[in-house]
Amino acid sequence: MTRRSVTNVVMLTLTGACALLTVSVMFYILGYLAWHGASALSWNFFTKLPAPVNVPGGGMANAIVGSAKLLLLACCIGVPVGILAGIYLSEFAGHTIASVLRFTVDLLNGVPSIVIGIFAYTVIVLPMHTFSTLAGGFALGIMMIPISVRSTEEYLRAVPSSLREASLALGAARWATITRVVVPAAFRGILTGVMLALARVAGETAPLIFTAFGNNSWSHGWSQPTASLPFMIYTYAVSPYDDWHRQAWAAGLVLVTLVLLVNIVTRLALARKMPLSR
Amino acid sequence: MASVGTVHSGNNVNLKSEQSVDTPQRFSLPPKPSVTADSSLRFKISGLKVSYGPKEVLHGIDINISSNVVTALIGPSGCGKSTFLRSLNRMTETVRTARVEGDILLDDENIADMDVVKLRRRVGMVFQRPNPFPKSIFDNVAYGLRINGHKGSLSESVEHSLRRAALWDEVKDQLHKSAYTLSGGQQQRLCIARALAVDPEVLLLDEPCSALDPVTTAKIEELLFQLKPSCTIVIVTHNMQQAARASDFTAFLLEGRLIEYQPTPKLFTTPADPRTEAYITGRFG
Repeated sequence: MTRRSVTNVVMLTLTGACALLTVSVMFYILGYLAWHGASALSWNFFTKLPAPVNVPGGGMANAIVGSAKLLLLACCIGVPVGILAGIYLSEFAGHTIASVLRFTVDLLNGVPSIVIGIFAYTVIVLPMHTFSTLAGGFALGIMMIPISVRSTEEYLRAVPSSLREASLALGAARWATITRVVVPAAFRGILTGVMLALARVAGETAPLIFTAFGNNSWSHGWSQPTASLPFMIYTYAVSPYDDWHRQAWAAGLVLVTLVLLVNIVTRLALARKMPLSR
Repeated sequence: MASVGTVHSGNNVNLKSEQSVDTPQRFSLPPKPSVTADSSLRFKISGLKVSYGPKEVLHGIDINISSNVVTALIGPSGCGKSTFLRSLNRMTETVRTARVEGDILLDDENIADMDVVKLRRRVGMVFQRPNPFPKSIFDNVAYGLRINGHKGSLSESVEHSLRRAALWDEVKDQLHKSAYTLSGGQQQRLCIARALAVDPEVLLLDEPCSALDPVTTAKIEELLFQLKPSCTIVIVTHNMQQAARASDFTAFLLEGRLIEYQPTPKLFTTPADPRTEAYITGRFG
């Protein structure tokens, strides 16, 4: 065999092995969660409040609802701000402003999540004198912004400028061109970016510790401390009770499954609704 | 014949009449046009200079473009044909560094003072590469109508535009399919239909056939001929046969200057400027 074909074979094996490794890590985690968590999963897990120590049964209904509320709020903050800023970055900003903005957004993306938590604690928890869903959602929303901005920008820039020109030449104003041609052409990508951002913050625990805190009961409205799946996982996993460990595994399984489900459903809905992208 | 004559670099257009040239009767209108829509001159352009950053691309173009005829712009690559065309509907403004000087009058109104959106609705444009939107065939044509708040039947207007662009029979059963399912030539005619849908007075075409095969090219040239009564057409082309076949007047640009502007048969048979002759006989460019 020549040196070139040896190189080919070696590199093919190496790249293939790394691809396989990536996929198998994902499936290993899923499998491990299922193995340990499935036994604790029951109807009760989804419908009941957490039970006190040594009382069998109990569930995490409040944490599931709490996480859903936190993520909903995070999306309400992170998605519009992220997408609009992404549009500004791609469509309006001049060269200098764009590079400064891009750098800042990347910095924000690099801020440790616990610091974002402290920030939310300072601006929301302290003035309100209480931990709350609002503060937790705010912290997660801020974490979603940089990811949404950058992915929106990337996908918008991938839209060929000939489409913008075609629209402008038809007498469309700049904003009409953006909303009717550019954004629709990049819509699938932008949504993928938002989904990634959502998946990223869904499992965040650190910023919730001093914003949403935790709650063994239901959290009503937006201004009470709330339970959330990641926080539950943390508290249950570090507890000394076997029963709680199993529940933590189950909570992990539910969290991963929910994120996966949202991803799959969005993709399916898009694939059916927009067969026109190239 | 107003506005037709030879130009030497930097000089003004020589407005002498071209009685010697055999042009159709309807072009021999009085030299002084009225301001009405059917005035004989659609564009009056004087001292047009365009630069991108420090680089001046057009060095003072004076030219008048007649209504309801096809005017072809020829010249070697980089001579400023496309820039000239894009300045007619202010598409030059999409380039941040572009600067335009001089006057471009559309029906005696300076386009620099017009609302750019209104200007572009009156002066449509078709680009070199077909650029349909990633939408259905129907939505592509309806786009201009929708953004203009079209009143009345959308589907009637869409059908009318597709018929004008000679595409209706090929697509009438698949209006809701993606425009990307069409062939290149069909896509380009779709782009023409899309531009025609808003009923522009002027249609600018920037090398519309350069990515198309000869059969499709012939279809589009035929189309230009049919559009003439309702539309003033300015076409940039690299293809001199196309200019000779499809246009009534031809302007030859070289290095950002208008070298010669004549009725097409005259320019191609007895060009006044030696550079024009050199170009059309293929000695350069």
